[in-house]
Amino acid sequence: MRNTVFILIVSLVAAALFGGALLVRSDYLLFAGYTVLQFVVLATAWNILGGYTGYVNFGSAAFFAVGAYTSVFLHKAFPLPIPLLIAVAAVICGLLGLAMGYLTLRLRGAFFSIATLALAVVLQTVVVNWHYVGGSRGAYILRPTAGPIPGLSYIEYLFLVMLALAALALITARAIEHSRLGIGFAAIRDDELAAEANGVPTLRLKLVATVISGAFMGMAGAPFPYYIGYMEPASAFGLPYAVNAIAMPMIGGTTSWAGPLIGAVLLGSLQQIATVTISSAVNLLIVGLLLVGFVIVAPNGIVGLWQRFFGRNRKDRNKASWRPSSTSTESASGSAASSPSTPSA
Amino acid sequence: MNCLSGTLVNDTGTVRFEGRDLAGLTAHQRTRRGLARSFQLPRPFASMTVAENVRVPLLYAAGSRRGRHLTRAEIGERIAEVLGQMGLADRADQMPRDLTQVDMRKLELARAMAAEPSLLIADEAMAGLSNSEVDDIVALLIRLNQAGITVILIEHIMKAVMQFSQRLVVLVSGKKIADGPPDEVMRHPEVERAYLGQ
Repeated sequence: MRNTVFILIVSLVAAALFGGALLVRSDYLLFAGYTVLQFVVLATAWNILGGYTGYVNFGSAAFFAVGAYTSVFLHKAFPLPIPLLIAVAAVICGLLGLAMGYLTLRLRGAFFSIATLALAVVLQTVVVNWHYVGGSRGAYILRPTAGPIPGLSYIEYLFLVMLALAALALITARAIEHSRLGIGFAAIRDDELAAEANGVPTLRLKLVATVISGAFMGMAGAPFPYYIGYMEPASAFGLPYAVNAIAMPMIGGTTSWAGPLIGAVLLGSLQQIATVTISSAVNLLIVGLLLVGFVIVAPNGIVGLWQRFFGRNRKDRNKASWRPSSTSTESASGSAASSPSTPSA
Repeated sequence: MNCLSGTLVNDTGTVRFEGRDLAGLTAHQRTRRGLARSFQLPRPFASMTVAENVRVPLLYAAGSRRGRHLTRAEIGERIAEVLGQMGLADRADQMPRDLTQVDMRKLELARAMAAEPSLLIADEAMAGLSNSEVDDIVALLIRLNQAGITVILIEHIMKAVMQFSQRLVVLVSGKKIADGPPDEVMRHPEVERAYLGQ
């Protein structure tokens, strides 16, 4: 499927979802939907680094929180509309990802993961001691009742913003997956030493992954203060974000853009249902049990299960992906290499 | 070997290739300059088919060698060409886990060749293979050499070494003890003592 077709489909689905939300006009559903979409963005962002290149980032909550605190800071210093806050958070978290990458990407495996966890702890300590953004007491953000778009309440507006972010994250992830960049990421994931020996600039590609991943996590966090109203370091840097960002792609499947989407919708919805029927306290228990179950039964996630049962389709796709005479289904961006130009990476 | 290819940084000495000091260049930069290697233990990209494995160096190294990215059609043609040369044409759509040991070795060489090198370092490309499989790989390396590619062969199988080499360098504990035409080197007393037994 070409990228333009995919963009069209995602846009249509997003429009249908938003139209449905407007028809129902239930604040609860909008809040719940916002949370699920936020997890779609977080899980997709995590997967760009963790799934595509195989570098497990335990610091997702830090990027999310930096995005959220960027909004808190700007809300106090120079109030901006939410789309601009998201753009600023993306830049700051992208730069944070670059810095983290430079410091940690020479580490591999568990050492890299521990370093990202340490980053989260350091940043939380900084925020706890930064009184301008509320310090350990937290900060209140009073959101207006009406959104900036006429006819939409503020929560409808926030839902729309997160829906657009989720669509953007999915489109970006799929475009990467089918591009020259995605092939380089997959080579790094499979065998970094062999990738380097085959001409793949592994460090540069990993930095690209940390920047994109960090930027999207920050974007997911930027509207959060307006959603929650009161934010403290413990909620923004909370374990649920770090755990869900990892568990959702792993349950959905890490090698495809669809995995984090499936995992986020499945786990996010289950958690919302558990919150209103039992207690939000069981949310992480659900995640943990499902994760253990999937690691044992289906280590490649739901997408992996699908590919196992419909393996022939993958084989056919592989055949089509390289033969010059075939009518390949590879996306246009899949051939960043297809148009002659000067090599960049 | 790892110092030549840039996997390890040499503490002393210099590595010169085509008249240029390679100090400071990473492994992928050396590959892009035409210095490719295969691994002693095959390291295929496990999630990719044989053809997709070969596509990686075509996307990332061959483009740099030519000064422009290859078109999709060119990549397809080169994959078919390289796999044909290596005798892997009918394995193109298989996953590496389904390959035999000798085909896995050929895939290593195929990927190195796809980088369009002028120097290929083949690290024990025949380790663990049967006699006929060794002959198969030697014939392949000879063909590559005849096509204009310099090959450094690291090998313990003397039959293959004698069959293939034009110049033989013998190392013992990291020190060079002999260097010259194979027949001459094999008669070298230190070589006999170290490798062949007296």
